[in-house]
Amino acid sequence: MSPPDATVSGASCARHDWAGSPKHAESGLSVRARVQPGPGFVLDVDTMLPASGVTAIFGPSGCGKTTLLRAIAGLVRPSPGRVALGEHVWQDDARGLWLPPHRRAVGVVFQEASLFAHLSVRQNLDFGLQRVPPAERRIALDQAVALLGIGPLMDRKPAHLSGGERQRVAIARALATSPRLLLMDEPLASLDAARKADLLPYFERLQRELAIPMLYVTHSLDELARLADEVLLLEAGRVHAQGPVAELMTRLDLALTRGDAASALVDGVVDPVDDPYHLLHVRFAGGVVQCIHAPGSPARHPGERVRLRVQARDVSLTLTPATDTSILNVLPARVQALADDGPAQMLVALEAGGVPLLARVTRKSAQLLALAPGQPVFAQIKGVAVLD
Amino acid sequence: MLDTTSLAAIRLSVELALATTLTLLVLGTPLAWWLARGRTRWRVPVRALVALPLVLPPSVLGFYLLVAMGPNGPLGAATRALGWGTLAFTFWGLLIGSIVYSLPFVVQPLINAFEAIGERPLEAAATLRAGPLDAFWHVALPLARPGYVTGAVMGFAHTLGEFGVVLMIGGNIPGETRVISVQIYDHVEALEYTQAHWLAGGMLAFSFLVLLALHMLQSRKEVA
Repeated sequence: MSPPDATVSGASCARHDWAGSPKHAESGLSVRARVQPGPGFVLDVDTMLPASGVTAIFGPSGCGKTTLLRAIAGLVRPSPGRVALGEHVWQDDARGLWLPPHRRAVGVVFQEASLFAHLSVRQNLDFGLQRVPPAERRIALDQAVALLGIGPLMDRKPAHLSGGERQRVAIARALATSPRLLLMDEPLASLDAARKADLLPYFERLQRELAIPMLYVTHSLDELARLADEVLLLEAGRVHAQGPVAELMTRLDLALTRGDAASALVDGVVDPVDDPYHLLHVRFAGGVVQCIHAPGSPARHPGERVRLRVQARDVSLTLTPATDTSILNVLPARVQALADDGPAQMLVALEAGGVPLLARVTRKSAQLLALAPGQPVFAQIKGVAVLD
Repeated sequence: MLDTTSLAAIRLSVELALATTLTLLVLGTPLAWWLARGRTRWRVPVRALVALPLVLPPSVLGFYLLVAMGPNGPLGAATRALGWGTLAFTFWGLLIGSIVYSLPFVVQPLINAFEAIGERPLEAAATLRAGPLDAFWHVALPLARPGYVTGAVMGFAHTLGEFGVVLMIGGNIPGETRVISVQIYDHVEALEYTQAHWLAGGMLAFSFLVLLALHMLQSRKEVA
């Protein structure tokens, strides 16, 4: 299958005038889709997503996340619509072009594993593999099988697998077709908390080992924090916000900062320090953060990239650096914005060396310190979680 | 035990039931697929039409088929134009009657099976590069296998027990249209109760065994 080359067409449709939008240069995943899956709901999206890393599609139930994924896969036909991944154009209404799902190089992992019940695990994997010409197989199935740890399950039928195992097989099956884009529709939603925790590391390994762009639908802040590079925030069928995950998670005007789990993400590199106190030193643009190396978590090597999650409730603010404190991490920062968080508390958006952080303080403290945008402060960070 | 006329009737009945079942499995597949998954408003009336033989007296069905196959009926006119004469009182006429009569018994389980599969496995197949026909052969058909087993067994057993339609359009021609049920009727008419017992008892045992096997198959499926 050789997708036709994309040519920019000057045609426009009645509702949208999309042609010539500079946003839609031919790189990345460009999606313009209007879908009405049922009465009372319309998905209307015009966006450009990165064709690398993990892009999370985040939003409350019924905001159109799944519909957007289905439109990209071709399982629903947007009207009007244009879907293109780089030079591969899958739909272009202006040219009357529509490729059905089986002619698109996408892999889909559904919320329920949806394995073929009449086939063994091996046959499920072979199903997609056999339908892709050898020349187009870029992902080694053996590697995917090893990454997902499903080697020992090959001869079983889906009925004899656990929920987590089924989902891992479903991911491997989607990868077997060597897709250019992997779409995952809340792949952890049908699993309990323990299974989710088991499965998350597999996604992280996939992300690291296979250079395949992923769209990951979720409504879990935890999954977002651990997996996403970029976030597309959907609300009522429209793009509410879009950007790097660390930026969106600390924007006070977005729902992501509401609730107790509000937190900032810090991407850093492990410092080559041999700490006699067994602390991990992570360097980022705003300084160095020392954190506890959780027992049982994988060893971290100097130079390794890690992501830290700093909860807003674990950050307190001072105007002068305290020296007699048990808190190790005191970073110079600058107040960016403030927002109410209930009647007694406030969320403070900070930046430390250009990296956004969040602090939750009482309204009283904010008033006593006379916190205002632009003000230099010191952020005392009590706890840090190492994500990956 | 069984006399030659009874044996001939059994043979004919089995041939008729086999031919009917096979034809219905082939013709019923696209029909059931369309009825289970189509989106037109014609689906509902066609479903009712398919179910009609379930409630209609066989004599009514047989009467209309007889009229249709007769020299002035649409079917009769067509077959005469093709030089095949009329189909009434022949094995082929009987076959057509049986196909209509047993239609719901084969098509309904197929519809149920296709509906039970749902949209998802076919969507999954599509995202794994399988085109619609490919997905039908390699996903829908294997997943619908229980429906095919049920449909085949029910169609076969039901055709074997057919009486009213046969009498109306087939009559009672030995070796051509005299099936088991008609043979039993003849035996009773002639007060040959022993012969009637053998055939009737055989039918009873056969029907019970078939249904038993079917239910055992279904309950084993549920356990697995």
